[in-house]
Amino acid sequence: MALDVETIVSLAAYVGGGLAMGLGAIGAAIGEGYTAAQANMAVSRDPKNSGEIFKNMLVGQAVAESASIFALVIAILLLFLDVPAPTLLKAAALFGAGISMGFGAIGSGVGSGYPGGKACEGIARQPAVASQLTTNMLIGSAVCQTPAIFSMVVALMLMFINFGNAPLFPTWAAYLGAGISMGLAAIGSGYGGGLAAGASCEGIARQPRTAANVTTIMLVGQAVAQTPSIFGLLVSFILMFKSFPESTALSASMALLGAGICTGFGGIGPGLGNGMTAEGAVRWVARNVEHAGDLMRIMLVGQAVSQSTAIYAMVVSLVLIFVV
Amino acid sequence: MAIEGAEIVKAAAFIGAGISMGLGAIGPGVGEGMVAAKACEAIGKNPKEAGLLTRTMLVGQAVSESTGIYSLVVALLLLFVV
Repeated sequence: MALDVETIVSLAAYVGGGLAMGLGAIGAAIGEGYTAAQANMAVSRDPKNSGEIFKNMLVGQAVAESASIFALVIAILLLFLDVPAPTLLKAAALFGAGISMGFGAIGSGVGSGYPGGKACEGIARQPAVASQLTTNMLIGSAVCQTPAIFSMVVALMLMFINFGNAPLFPTWAAYLGAGISMGLAAIGSGYGGGLAAGASCEGIARQPRTAANVTTIMLVGQAVAQTPSIFGLLVSFILMFKSFPESTALSASMALLGAGICTGFGGIGPGLGNGMTAEGAVRWVARNVEHAGDLMRIMLVGQAVSQSTAIYAMVVSLVLIFVV
Repeated sequence: MAIEGAEIVKAAAFIGAGISMGLGAIGPGVGEGMVAAKACEAIGKNPKEAGLLTRTMLVGQAVSESTGIYSLVVALLLLFVV
């Protein structure tokens, strides 16, 4: 049985679409479940404010949902995509697009659920600052969505940009690697950003007067936690836009695929670790605002050290792309 | 297209280097993040000892970093030596 090129392109698009939505559904569902669970706890604690808590839960869940809506959009586009000139290279790009979006939605979905849940809990504790909590929740969970948005951008680029007549070997590996790099690197950053945002909602509910300091350190911590996903984006851009000389050698393809895997997996841990650090710093700025400066400094030092392995991973990827 | 043995070895070394550094980066990243989170907690509780706590955090993180550096060394060995 011989498969023609058109069939292989459809195959890649359908499997990619399935992966995008299947993996993309994991995170948002868990995150929203956490939000709802905390909302139930909050209502049982303070039934008088159930209306406010309910509203906040729905708003928080709507933001957490966006990661999986991105995945749905990409999956539907992949299913109904009309490819004018099907090539094997396009098949690799479409499969990569599905992987990028599917994995990329996991972290942001789970992460966005934390601020939602903590804000519901906070409204029960401190109903007077309900609107401030909702605002802080929205800022925090919007930042958590960034890695999922990066993944969607990479997926759309892989689907719609015409990369010209690049040689099939080794460019197929570059496109697949671009998807893997972005998708996996987004997991840690999305989740980590959510931890920081959750701690800030909890902190504002405990100590409303520290709100400005808490929101500031949350944003700084989240920005640093975002870095591994930016490394993933950078490596996937290099893999998409650098032109590679034709080489049928297996090693040339594997070097590019390895570059994507390296930055992708390498971003998970530092993203998550940076988020944990930011969570600790935000929580303690709320409790001990007089020492916000010390806490900001130690947070940044700790995050920088935790970042180092993501940087090693990016260096190894760049060596794989440019040197060997 | 016949693939020769040496070519397979080279391809495996490249993909192995990627997997080594990629997976190897997960643990230190998470572990060092936990250290730093607890250091923030400790400084929040006892700000007077900030210097001592920063030092302890950095030493602890350096030890946790070692597995990341092993991964880097293995990846570089796979790329340039083997």
